[in-house]
Amino acid sequence: MEHALRNVDTATVTLQINGAPHTLEIEPRVSLLDALREYLGLTGAKKGCNQGACGACTVLVDGERILSCLSLAVQYEGREITTIEGLANGGMHPLQEAFLEYDGFQCGYCTPGQICSAIGMMREFESGLPSAVTGDVSSTAMEFSDEEIKERMSGNLCRCGAYVGICEAIRETYESGARR
Amino acid sequence: MKNFAYTRAGTVEAAITMLGQQPNSKFLGGGTNLVDLMRENIEQPDALVDVSGLQSGGISELPDGGISIGASVRNSAVANHRLVRERYPLLAQAILAGASGQIRNMATTGGNLMQRTRCYYFYDEAAQCNKREPGTGCDAVGGFNRMHAILGTSENCIATHPSDMCVAFAALDAMVHVTGSKGERTITFEEFHRLPGNTPNVDTNLGPDELITAIQLPALAMAKNSHYRKVRDRSSYAFALVSVAAALETANGKVRSARVALGGVAHKPWRAHQVERVLTGADANAETFRRAAEAELAAARGFGYNNFKIELAKRTLVSVLSELTESGKAQ
Repeated sequence: MEHALRNVDTATVTLQINGAPHTLEIEPRVSLLDALREYLGLTGAKKGCNQGACGACTVLVDGERILSCLSLAVQYEGREITTIEGLANGGMHPLQEAFLEYDGFQCGYCTPGQICSAIGMMREFESGLPSAVTGDVSSTAMEFSDEEIKERMSGNLCRCGAYVGICEAIRETYESGARR
Repeated sequence: MKNFAYTRAGTVEAAITMLGQQPNSKFLGGGTNLVDLMRENIEQPDALVDVSGLQSGGISELPDGGISIGASVRNSAVANHRLVRERYPLLAQAILAGASGQIRNMATTGGNLMQRTRCYYFYDEAAQCNKREPGTGCDAVGGFNRMHAILGTSENCIATHPSDMCVAFAALDAMVHVTGSKGERTITFEEFHRLPGNTPNVDTNLGPDELITAIQLPALAMAKNSHYRKVRDRSSYAFALVSVAAALETANGKVRSARVALGGVAHKPWRAHQVERVLTGADANAETFRRAAEAELAAARGFGYNNFKIELAKRTLVSVLSELTESGKAQ
């Protein structure tokens, strides 16, 4: 009985984050977002709505963008998790530089989520994934237009309204080929 | 969120055993709906059995030309699959019209069928809701019911099913493959979800010990000429006010065959049998389409703030069918 209770209380979880393993003793209810922020001090991913509406908590798992607030940390054992802290290799990631250049933010709260989301989105586009504005989904011809960027980034809100700069930063980064 | 025990299942059989051994337990897929509901204390399981990693066969072609989609395949993988995009474009469009890129990367196909209503009274613990707490009443009837159902409602519940993907599945006559402690069975898509009646707390006809393993789509050549149209309050990342999934085959100006389903209007994805009945064999023109829409919505009832949905559903039907008549000529 005691053993069963202990199992309910916590689990030992090893998460691979930004290239390094981190072993945590956590309750199964701890979200990936809380594991990052409260247990590992990685406060780049932000808690905006905590219900999957704002995208501020977006991180990459095996290169795909997901919402860490709706993820239980225990579900992500053995997966490669990348947060905003892991994007820069020495200096800044090209998309981070583009956000500076094109004023892709004001307060900056949504920015880590926007950047992780945009990196995942550009990979999705390159993989040929259509979107709701692509039109003929049976065709593989797609154009990286503003309309496509807006639709594909609709899961990331910016209360400052820096959307124009965000779109420009993403398009510039995509077109320069420096998207990884 | 209440704490719970977590186990990860390696096989379908193990998942069903784990569920049976733990009282008040639930299967966990991508978590995009269940984790949110648990955080709001709407769902309070004591144990979760994670089935999101089960290798349920991915997406494969069936001998008859149909396809099978494993229950754990993520939404984005379904929408990006060549066979889905070529043979069932309405399904790819429906998936891409739902949620956001991040959520589509997490959410599973089986989980999509199991998601619960987004009725704000269901989510609000201070409100009365027969779906959340049977017998307490329904604050949506007589409340702010802009998002609510107009077809198949009961005095106990006017909630809608929130899925886009399921509306396409309904039009395509999908089959739901499930496994339980007593073995495997197949449920037709129409039988899978329930109308509210006197038990709005029960969303589906899936048994308490059963797990969805795959969704199969029968071969349907006419689905090449198909479309999903979603009407919503903003152009992206919002639930449907009304949606239409339709496939249409015409020849010599007449409708040979039609498959139509509506979303955002009922407690379940609404197969539009009246529309299909009126269309079959009739002239493929706007007049027929309007007549078909009138027949389907004849039984519709608004609850005040959602009265507009009745006319909106009719117009969306006419618009989509007209569009498919044109695109069908080109094929």
